[in-house]
Amino acid sequence: MYRPSSDMLLLAILRCLALIAVAIVLLIVVFLLIESLPAVRSVGMLRFFGDASWHPAGGAEAGRFNLTPMLIGTVAAAAGAVLLAVPLGMGSALFCRFYAPRRIGGVYRRLVELLAGIPSVVYGFWGLMVLAPLIRQWQPPGQSLLAGILILTIMILPTVALLSESSLRSVPRSYLDGASALGLSRWSTIRGVALPAAWGGIFTAVLLATGRAIGETMAVLMVAGNVVQTPASIFEPVRTLTANIALELGYAMEHHRSALFVSGLVLMVMIVVIVSLASWINRGRVHV
Amino acid sequence: MSDVKSSQPAWMSNRHFDWPDRLATVLVWLVAISIVAIFVWIVGDLVRHGVPHLSVSFLFEAPRDAGRAGGVGPILVSTGLILGVCLAVSIPVGVGTAMLLAEFTRRGGGFGLLVRRSLDVLAGVPSIVFGLFGNALFVIYLGMGFSILAGGLTLACMVLPILIRSTEEGFRAVPDDYRRAAAALGLTRSAALWQILLPAATPGLIVGLVLGIGRALAETAALLFTSGYVDRMPESVLDSGRALSIHIYDLAMNVPGGDGNAYASALVLIVLLLAINGLTFWLADRWLGRRITPQ
Repeated sequence: MYRPSSDMLLLAILRCLALIAVAIVLLIVVFLLIESLPAVRSVGMLRFFGDASWHPAGGAEAGRFNLTPMLIGTVAAAAGAVLLAVPLGMGSALFCRFYAPRRIGGVYRRLVELLAGIPSVVYGFWGLMVLAPLIRQWQPPGQSLLAGILILTIMILPTVALLSESSLRSVPRSYLDGASALGLSRWSTIRGVALPAAWGGIFTAVLLATGRAIGETMAVLMVAGNVVQTPASIFEPVRTLTANIALELGYAMEHHRSALFVSGLVLMVMIVVIVSLASWINRGRVHV
Repeated sequence: MSDVKSSQPAWMSNRHFDWPDRLATVLVWLVAISIVAIFVWIVGDLVRHGVPHLSVSFLFEAPRDAGRAGGVGPILVSTGLILGVCLAVSIPVGVGTAMLLAEFTRRGGGFGLLVRRSLDVLAGVPSIVFGLFGNALFVIYLGMGFSILAGGLTLACMVLPILIRSTEEGFRAVPDDYRRAAAALGLTRSAALWQILLPAATPGLIVGLVLGIGRALAETAALLFTSGYVDRMPESVLDSGRALSIHIYDLAMNVPGGDGNAYASALVLIVLLLAINGLTFWLADRWLGRRITPQ
């Protein structure tokens, strides 16, 4: 087929632009690897999980490099937030789709979209000024794993709600009409027809929300107290991997800096696993 | 009788008492009401504490006494410059990639799949990891130092997936008739893209821009170690500049007695996000009304 030279030029330019996205992903991985190499080489991967504590400023020999408490902090905060946000988010999606009168449903959806748009630093600030003091009155010190879980819940709730809702919206009308013709109650229709049909999309929503909870930095940094320890209860302060990077990268030198890139690499691996899982679940569906 | 005639679903006219159904209804309404209550609580708290500190001079004055007094003038300028750098880089790259994905790749083709997978991963990368990456690549390796340029470029990498996804959807929403008509007229594909498809795909681009700007303005963690903390008026994009979100963080965490101005800054940030949102949609409406609809 004849193609004018202007078209070939355009195609070449567009290919180059599209390769930039691929290049950025590669560069992120390459730079994380290069920067974490000194620590991996002279400290060794095992010590990141077996050392006595996290005191990385002493250098490769005298320093202590245990990332486990932060890893536990990250997993505990994210798991708690997902456990709370999934039922709430699904309730919100069901409300929009099946329960709300049309006007209220539209306004409510806008409101959830606005919640999704509030910056994480603003959530963190609100948590610091309002939520943490409330918890302190009940169980001091207030800045705690619980505060982190609650603020993360509020932050990932819109993600679960909006994505589940669009998944419920894509359930074919004929399924619902069929349920209605069988005389099923509203709840039976939801439980027996709508939820099973929308399951893949809802599960993807939960996975993406989990990724967001693991990766969130500012809000957790501002409310969780940031003490490096394995929490014995949800009222104790914790530090997550993300908060640790944000707190220490500013002054970290040499092996300490390198160790922070190792924790970045750990985060990146967690995210890639979650994203791959999500796209594996969606493999049947074509991206639209 | 009325059940048969009306088009209502069966559950709307169920007369006997159905416990699980009633319970579910109550729970779902409770969830919705509590989410509205949380929203009102957060926004109400910001407005109640932020408004007393807000004034016109707050928007133009330089911060004094580590931000406890004075305003956010230079910080707004830095925020605008970071956003400008981010968009200047991400719009051409994003629109180009979206064009390629929507108009030149087959579904399931190798190259398109590679680009899509990369964008999926990029969309999930935590912002603090973007911060690490930006610090290593732009600040240190490319020698930009803590600068508005380094911060803007880091943000450009972050908003790229959002921008591309919406713009691609914009292209896909253009009816195939447009493409056939252009081909029938003997236009080259590049001419068809610039003259017809790009203007018709603008709504998608606008949505992408709004979402991307929202993400960029809200971002804090990726800027901590790329654009830095300096709260003076920046003289060029190579100066360090403090974004509004970082200003809020710094006032809240590191400056005792900075709460009042932190509340006011948070309010400014949220109003800014809402204003950009509204303005872009309004402009898109007017502009598109002129370009696309036949007179």
